[in-house]
Amino acid sequence: MKQVLEGSHAVAEAVRLARVNVISAYPITPQTHIVERLSDFCADGRLDARFLRVESEHSALAALIGASSTGVRTFTATSSQGLALMHELLHWASGARLPIVMAEVNRALAPGWNIWTDQTDSLAQRDTGWMQLYCETGQEVLDTTLQAYWLAETVNLPVMVILDAFFLSHTYEPVDIPSQEQVNGFLPDYQPRFQLDTRNPCAFNQLAPPNVYMEMRHNIQQAMDQVLSRFGQMEDGFGVVFGRRYGEVEPLQCDDAQIILVTSGTITSTSRALQQQLRADGERVGLLKIKLFRPFPADAVRRILGGAQKVAVIDRNCSFGAGGIFAQEVRAALCNLSARPLVFSYIAGLGGRDVTLDVLKLIYRHTKDCEHCPDDSIWMGLHEVHHAT
Amino acid sequence: MQLNVPDRDYMHSGHVGCPGCGAAVAMKFVLRALGNKTIMVLPACCWSIIAGPYPQSTLQIPLIHSAFETGGAMASGVRAALDVKGDKETCVVTWAGDGGTFDIGFQALSGAVERNEDFIYFCYDNEAYMNTGIQRSSSTPYGAWTTTTPGRDWKRMRKKNIVEALVAHRIPYAATASIAYPEDLLRKVSKARSIKGSRFLHIFASCPTGWRIPSEISVKIARMAVQTNIFPLYEVENGRKYTINFMPKGYLVKEYFKLQGRFKHLSESDLDQIQAMVEEDWELLLRKAGVPLQG
Repeated sequence: MKQVLEGSHAVAEAVRLARVNVISAYPITPQTHIVERLSDFCADGRLDARFLRVESEHSALAALIGASSTGVRTFTATSSQGLALMHELLHWASGARLPIVMAEVNRALAPGWNIWTDQTDSLAQRDTGWMQLYCETGQEVLDTTLQAYWLAETVNLPVMVILDAFFLSHTYEPVDIPSQEQVNGFLPDYQPRFQLDTRNPCAFNQLAPPNVYMEMRHNIQQAMDQVLSRFGQMEDGFGVVFGRRYGEVEPLQCDDAQIILVTSGTITSTSRALQQQLRADGERVGLLKIKLFRPFPADAVRRILGGAQKVAVIDRNCSFGAGGIFAQEVRAALCNLSARPLVFSYIAGLGGRDVTLDVLKLIYRHTKDCEHCPDDSIWMGLHEVHHAT
Repeated sequence: MQLNVPDRDYMHSGHVGCPGCGAAVAMKFVLRALGNKTIMVLPACCWSIIAGPYPQSTLQIPLIHSAFETGGAMASGVRAALDVKGDKETCVVTWAGDGGTFDIGFQALSGAVERNEDFIYFCYDNEAYMNTGIQRSSSTPYGAWTTTTPGRDWKRMRKKNIVEALVAHRIPYAATASIAYPEDLLRKVSKARSIKGSRFLHIFASCPTGWRIPSEISVKIARMAVQTNIFPLYEVENGRKYTINFMPKGYLVKEYFKLQGRFKHLSESDLDQIQAMVEEDWELLLRKAGVPLQG
């Protein structure tokens, strides 16, 4: 059934349909609409789950680690400072091999205080062993949340479903809300492989000396590798029930493209419009949307970008001292090809600054005209700064 | 001496605690009273090591090791999952040291008991960060040497009164207990297990390594802490009803202090000052318990 839904509420609908058992969360703008709607669902009985209203994000994730270790399906949502506070337990959740799903609303980190969109919060957690899926639309948010449980429970690793602050979390779009029967057909009941059980007492997360620790870490890497091979299988199953698929990456007219724009999140939607305009003008331009960031779909990226002359990666994030993070990953994926495109790195839209068609046009024009590709990231639209004296 | 306590152990005979470890004694007795329908959350502490490395376990109950500051939160999640599964029989407990309780875990503990989560929180108190090598915590008593309060910089702050902090949350049950009084300890564990909501047991667990005492006087020292009123045995129901379980025999605190290397730098006047502090705390407790002051 199609409804006009806020992006945050699309997450909440998916969590309800996924039959989550334990939710634990702490409020932070712009995540609050997700947990408020879930609170309503729990209060009016539409979702039969325990909602733990804990005293911090750190405790929110700690509680879910306890709940998930006891063998039930779990959910939390956070953003920015909240995600940063969870950092220690992000490692804990993946190390304990728990299929926890989190909605993470991309918001800038302080100081200065800024509640608007920026990907640095989630990308700073890229090494924590969580899958990361970046969404573009309300429908994709709902679908990806359901897919996240399938992936998490298949490989026993946690997942972040990531959506841009306000541009997606607070934007209303038509969203098809599937029936419970449809969802059950895609996502079976959770069958934990291990759980705390007095009939079979085991110790979890205990001391792991050098003779065993490294194998445990290698298992996590293998599970991440498995995600790449299982993603297509998951989407096949999803497609049978819902008739939609997204791909770990989505290429748009990349086959004959000389220049390919690489995007993630809502910047992709604006880039789609630009790509169509430019094609109409006779430009051989393609667009590659990266949805799955961890594990990084390097094979797909190589296959799609390898034949282009130039690639322009647009990052709404920055790793200070290294530049745009998607650009680093794309460059790393391409570096061993004997013939490879020049990879331009652009930083745009930090802290919620609009990335308009005009900004994207400038990026395209610069990529096309520039014969020498700079190693460093190019910051788009910086204002002149007058320092106080 | 024959103790009137259950004799079924849920702790294996092998563990890697130090000789004379009070925390190992505490675990042994507590598990006897809890039984095996118990799931334990274990934040970082000496017991993270004592419980054994993968793939072994010292305990015969399900055990989940947790990050240092998450004892209250992780137990909340385990309880919620059991509730969803309809398991009312299993008791969820947290087993934490004083650092994980008084300091880094205090926020999560306060949050959990404010929500009146249905679990028992055990703090075994050895009065410093012993697992990392005897660093001061907010449970370290006034006057103590630790490796971060060395030489003339011995600790000049009072020990945080953790039980009163928990009592202020009006939880159903909060009590102190000691490894030197196992019958009192087991009675309190059984009582706590029979109550719903948040329950807190503060167990005095001596540490020969950190306190600089011979391992064979570990239990004796714990007994003296009670007898001198340094660690009174009492329980508080619903944040209001105080019951003192042991009335003192009039021992002076200096008898307790003089046996321990961690206090050897203290002068007679320091000890007199500590005696006055202990008496002040004791009188405060008597007032709360409605017991008339003597003398």
